[in-house]
Amino acid sequence: MPDTRRPTNGSDTDGIRIGVYVCHCGTNIAGTVDVKAISEYAATLPGVVVARTYKYMCSDPGQALIQQDIRDLRLNRIVVASCSPLLHEPTFRRALDRVGLNPFLLQMVNIREHVSWVHLDKPAATAKTNDLVRGAVRRVARHKPLQKRRVPINPSVLVVGGGIAGIHAALTLADAGKHVYLVEREPTIGGHMAKFDKTFPTLDCAACILTPKMTAVGSHPLITLWTYSEVLKVSGYVGNYRVQVRRKPRYIIEDLCLGCQECITACVYKEGKTRDEFNLGLSKRKPVYLPFPQAVPQKVVIDPETCIEFKSGKCKKTCIEACGERKAIDFKQKESLEEIEVGTIILATGFTTFNAARNAYYGYGRYPNVYTSLEVERLINASGPTSGELVLRDGTRPKAVGIIHCVGSRDANTNRWCSKVCCMYSLKLAHLIKERTGADIFNFYIDMRTPGKGYEEFYDRLLDEGVHFVRGRVAEVTEWAAHPSEKGKLIIRAEDTLAAFVRRIPVDMVVLSVGLEPQPDAQAVRRLFNISCSNEGWFLERHPKLAPVSTFTEGVYIAGACQGPKDIPDTVAQAGAAAAEALALVDAQFVELEPYTAFISEEECSGCKSCIPLCPYQAISFVEEKKKATINEVLCKGCGTCVAGCPSGSIQQNFFEDEEIFDEIEGVLAYA
Amino acid sequence: MDLKRTVKFEADRDPEFARWISHTVGGERIRHCLQCGLCSASCPLSLHMDYTPRRLMHLSREGFKEEVLSSAAIWLCTACYACMVECPKKINITHLMYALKERAIQEKFYPKRFPIPVMAQQFSRMVRESGRITESWLIVRVFLRSAIWRLLGMSGLGWKLFLTGRMPARKEKIKRKSEIRTLLASVAATRKELAL
Amino acid sequence: MKYAYYPGCSLRGTGRAYEESLLAVFRALDVAIQELNDWNCCGATTYLSIDELTSYALAARNLALAARDRLDIIAPCAACYLVLNKTQRYIHDYPDIKLVVTRALDAIGLKYDDRVRVRHPLDIFLNEIGVKAIASRVTRSLKGLKVAPYYGCQIVRPYATFDDQRNPTSMDRLLEACGAEIIPYSLKTRCCGGSQKGTLPEVGLYLINYLVEEAQMNGADVIATVCPLCQFNLECFQKEASSEQNPLSTPVLYFTQLMALALGASSATIGLRRSLVKIEPVLEAKEIAYA
Repeated sequence: MPDTRRPTNGSDTDGIRIGVYVCHCGTNIAGTVDVKAISEYAATLPGVVVARTYKYMCSDPGQALIQQDIRDLRLNRIVVASCSPLLHEPTFRRALDRVGLNPFLLQMVNIREHVSWVHLDKPAATAKTNDLVRGAVRRVARHKPLQKRRVPINPSVLVVGGGIAGIHAALTLADAGKHVYLVEREPTIGGHMAKFDKTFPTLDCAACILTPKMTAVGSHPLITLWTYSEVLKVSGYVGNYRVQVRRKPRYIIEDLCLGCQECITACVYKEGKTRDEFNLGLSKRKPVYLPFPQAVPQKVVIDPETCIEFKSGKCKKTCIEACGERKAIDFKQKESLEEIEVGTIILATGFTTFNAARNAYYGYGRYPNVYTSLEVERLINASGPTSGELVLRDGTRPKAVGIIHCVGSRDANTNRWCSKVCCMYSLKLAHLIKERTGADIFNFYIDMRTPGKGYEEFYDRLLDEGVHFVRGRVAEVTEWAAHPSEKGKLIIRAEDTLAAFVRRIPVDMVVLSVGLEPQPDAQAVRRLFNISCSNEGWFLERHPKLAPVSTFTEGVYIAGACQGPKDIPDTVAQAGAAAAEALALVDAQFVELEPYTAFISEEECSGCKSCIPLCPYQAISFVEEKKKATINEVLCKGCGTCVAGCPSGSIQQNFFEDEEIFDEIEGVLAYA
Repeated sequence: MDLKRTVKFEADRDPEFARWISHTVGGERIRHCLQCGLCSASCPLSLHMDYTPRRLMHLSREGFKEEVLSSAAIWLCTACYACMVECPKKINITHLMYALKERAIQEKFYPKRFPIPVMAQQFSRMVRESGRITESWLIVRVFLRSAIWRLLGMSGLGWKLFLTGRMPARKEKIKRKSEIRTLLASVAATRKELAL
Repeated sequence: MKYAYYPGCSLRGTGRAYEESLLAVFRALDVAIQELNDWNCCGATTYLSIDELTSYALAARNLALAARDRLDIIAPCAACYLVLNKTQRYIHDYPDIKLVVTRALDAIGLKYDDRVRVRHPLDIFLNEIGVKAIASRVTRSLKGLKVAPYYGCQIVRPYATFDDQRNPTSMDRLLEACGAEIIPYSLKTRCCGGSQKGTLPEVGLYLINYLVEEAQMNGADVIATVCPLCQFNLECFQKEASSEQNPLSTPVLYFTQLMALALGASSATIGLRRSLVKIEPVLEAKEIAYA
């Protein structure tokens, strides 16, 4: 017998004794429903020992009323006719529990949202309430005492994604004494933040504030850092997840590599020929490389796609020679599969930027001096491809730069949402570019969105710096000169809506402030972890206002831009929040599961196996020896699919058994 | 200095006009216009307009009928659809321009002999009569009624086109001309019945 | 596969060369057509300014005629192509319009059928015949001829049914298959002004000036067009539209004329005599036979 159904007391030995409680809810219910008449009617129903009304049933005195009756009148079933169970079912259940009655021997009737709030005709509303109460009285007689289950929680945590969100969450948890596995797909942690030059609004150098945290992660005794790794498979349930991680081969033995980079210098390629992904293709790297100078871990990687040894097997391997006695290079390294067990998971997989080539009229990819904002971050970054010099493709300094806001945002043709950070980073880039080059800067915006702390003040600062602000969405970037002075330049055409005429502004360089998008594999990742995505593709939070970092899957949390576009302060706040919620779960040491699970009656099960593929949670398995199916109560989420699908009707669901449902229906329809 | 009162009182608004534009075909999303200005920026004719397309959208949805229907902008629109293609709120701007032209012609909000509405009227008359238009005769009819001196100015070109066979004098028409009349009568009747 | 050929009013007038060369290309490529019986004017952009419901009903008559013959329509004139497509869309999207149109057609004994496809010759040549087949039938390669492909508005906006809306290349590919060299032309989808030259001359001239000047400055020997009104605008007012520094004198031909030339059609059908800005000097200089 399932654990949820083990009886706790001999509560039915006296026969069914029902108490019905009708709430006035002030005038919310009593204004439309004649609550006195309801209670008088309820008192006449079979099995009902007492029926009362009270102004606010959920209040302390209201609950006391019920509890008193349970004691004095030996009630063993309770019906409360009041508001939505979503609001107060836990309240009344707790009230029952406190006086020793099984909390699941309660049935609530919603006569507020379902009756008094949607009907105007008093007699009709009262008649409807009578029907609903009658149905509930008949149903509650069939309720069985159910038990919540407890399962222990593994204290280890898996954090997926090593950007600032993952890093902060991992450090918070590790500092709290928990073991953290931090899995990152790239060869280094750092995420997008590692690519930035300065951060708004303080203009702190991104690397200066990020690298200490990265180093802390790399050296923390409780963090197992697996970079160049991906999660392959996740199974289990809250508190008990089993995760398979695939560690891609760097062809470097991590423990032996010191990060001296002599192999890179010695590589047979005299200079880089491969697109450097970290620099977004603005520079080239060799097949053996370090993603960026402050990478954590400080270990090089060999790219098998471009390394000659992999392509032909006939390389001089000067790298091995340079590595010398350390012997850290291993061309025979294979990928390895690791199996870990964790109790909670935090997803911090971040975002990607909008592909600017999709806006054909802006000329990205067609005109060489049209850049995305991220590319410009690399250019002005001191450790970037041009050592911090902002130059055009031909090496000269731009004298006029146009920054176009809302590229790939607020646009029904591409992405409807506002990407939240672009106005601020566009202002930041305007400031930095002006500082570096002294060029004339034009920001083309639609609204200036500066909602954070210090953000509007940052905008004020920019207004003093002589940057031109043109309010108008740019229609096109073109090389066609309508006026001799425009020859050789990139012309931006926009309506200056505040001045109410169209302007053509020639610039040397165009910066497209690209919006944020969910990662391209967001759907595949969310399926791995059994969570949902919103319509736009961001990971779905449990509640947009009150539960932004938890998901509908218990034990899996989300943090940072993977949940929606946001800036660094909000990302770090969410990472801390996710870590705190994970800690709350872990420190509770066990989790209680609702007993709405399905169970199979062994005698009636024919062993046809129809139910097994129906379960979305893989909770049903086949017991070969008995030739019967069995449901793992802990995995079961009570969706009811197998109950409906079982051809022999041998699967029932706690709290929703056939007799409970049919009796309720018959009770409601009994007026006829 | 010629000073004009430019404060607009609520009495200056025409709520019926505002309602009409939101309900006419293509105007369903006009409330969503962000006034971003992309339409004006992509319009090849906006540089000549008194009110750019963006301003017309806002003026229309607020009910400033006078300004909108007497603007030159609605006649300058060539219906090239450049505005609609990139509009981030997918507002059917070109169609609204057609609707405004239609209404301006109906309510006679244009200078007498203004060629564009004259052209539209002569075009439709020709179609009603013959089912097809003959370019040569259309041009003659339009300019006779609007800018007769331009006809003389174009005679050089007209002659060259005639010589190269591109300006035939023969009138084009369809065989079953009565069908056009029946078609138009049916449209008028259905429109009346449905109060469209 | 046979098609209903819908010339539209302009192809009998200023766009005569378009029809002549188009029919020649159809013959050369074995495209079977029959002129849509008793077609009426589609209303172009003008009727929509008078009364949109009537406009849809008039255009729908042609769609119904084609439906009766169970043929898809080829509409070479860009305006006709747009109006017919638009009529289909609006009938589909707005029940009121559908009702008005269905009743009107009913009154003249026709039925509306949304299965009729309205296609442009570029679409047929590219997607039904293919560049390879066309290239194999070229007898007079246009090698050395620099062409600025001018698409204009109406075949790409708002319905780009067979080409990329922002960067169309169908004409480019067809003319390249005939041996021509396509020059970069960033204004290829910029509006020519339509009927504005006639009604508001200064506006029209400004648009025409930069369209032709840009092609000329990029080295074009000829501008290829798909729309009779574009061709008329770009060709017939070059002297008026010229600026002091840059006199305009670039031939403007229909793309079908260039194709007919390449496919070896007779000079009468290519319609070079219909041009006001002659291309013969350029053809001779590039040693491309045309007689």
